Amino acid sequence: MKPAPFEYLRPGSVDETVAALATGADGLEVKILAGGQSLVPLLALRMARPAVLVDINRVAELSGFARCPGSVGTGSVEVGALTRHSALAGQTEHPLLAEAARWIGHPAIRSRGTAAGSLAHADPAAELPVVAVACGAVATVIGPGGARRVPADELFLGPLMSALGEDELITSVSFPVPARWGFAEFARRHGDFALVSAAVAEVAGEVSIALGGVGGVPVRAVAGERALARGGSVDEVVAAVRAELSPTGDLHASADYRRALAGELVRRALEQAGLGGGG
Amino acid sequence: MKVELTVNGERVRLDVEPRRTLADALREDLGHTGTHLGCEHGVCGACTVLVDDEPVRGCLMFAVQADGASVTTVEGLAAADGTLHPLQEAFVAHHGLQCGFCTPGMLISALHLLRTHPAPSRETIRAEMSGNICRCTGYIGIVDAIQAAATAAAPTSRESGISSG
Repeated sequence: MKPAPFEYLRPGSVDETVAALATGADGLEVKILAGGQSLVPLLALRMARPAVLVDINRVAELSGFARCPGSVGTGSVEVGALTRHSALAGQTEHPLLAEAARWIGHPAIRSRGTAAGSLAHADPAAELPVVAVACGAVATVIGPGGARRVPADELFLGPLMSALGEDELITSVSFPVPARWGFAEFARRHGDFALVSAAVAEVAGEVSIALGGVGGVPVRAVAGERALARGGSVDEVVAAVRAELSPTGDLHASADYRRALAGELVRRALEQAGLGGGG
Repeated sequence: MKVELTVNGERVRLDVEPRRTLADALREDLGHTGTHLGCEHGVCGACTVLVDDEPVRGCLMFAVQADGASVTTVEGLAAADGTLHPLQEAFVAHHGLQCGFCTPGMLISALHLLRTHPAPSRETIRAEMSGNICRCTGYIGIVDAIQAAATAAAPTSRESGISSG
């Protein structure tokens, strides 16, 4: 239960971080240490055994949370990579992010865990990836070749697999602020990873429905979104969502149960958002 | 790697391997064995300490990351003369512990809870304390203790307590 030895690097800038990550070019496994709330357990269990850890916690450029101008439903917030879940939960600029962040872990997890760390870790049951997909968030990613922008729906490739290169890091994430939104999840115990989570976000007049826990990546319920766009009732949207999902069962929940739960959580999220006509 | 931090108000210097967790450094290198290690992978909450006034899992942070930080452990709660902190008194009075293994983490989490929520409901206490696992008490005594400590700390109730004798 103790991590294996590793070399520890503590860069003070993004440039130094990119240089530190480049030490992986000669075959060493190099990992970024941000909040450490997912990585350090993996180290303790020796499920991950990187040769080098690059601790980005002292890179001031990666902190901060900025409101980018625009009316509600068209503006966005720029979330620095190191923004802690506790800060996300406490801010009022992006209410959907605040609500979702309150569901993450426990106070001692939220005080350390970071926004970009959650996205880069790409856990399909985590809250922030689902919100990122629902809002159409865009990550700014930097590597040796310079910066690039990666939309949330291209960021997640599979369970714990992202589109980030080994030599890249997320510096910030732009989250559009939805005009209307809803978030719901179910976990067996408070603070556990959700069995299923659902986020609904209306951005620039379009409503997205995203679900966690029903696939290897956050899943957009496109049939449900179409039903909603046609003016369907909440029941019709929920039926469409249930019909289009194909979750896999595991020891925590069967496939049927996850599908049923997804429908119910979409219903709650829609009601919270005030979306869906009739009943 | 050399690090310098403040533990319960005292400046300390350490020379640790990077893989040394903060919890292990507190226990093994500094002798502060009040911080307990249960699961060692961020589930049980027994190793919770305050780092710059924020609750942190001591097993999920490396000691080198605490360089320059101020750490509060359970040893920092009681007064120098041994007088217990009001939270500790409340845990004793309300049977907030049996074996006591989880208690250091419970006390630190409760300390943070009362700083951020001075008058918490039982529901808030349960939600905020959900990251600390106790296998003995069934939690009722812990919730009772935290609520009692909050009530005792509230200025109005203290005044009424004095007037009622």
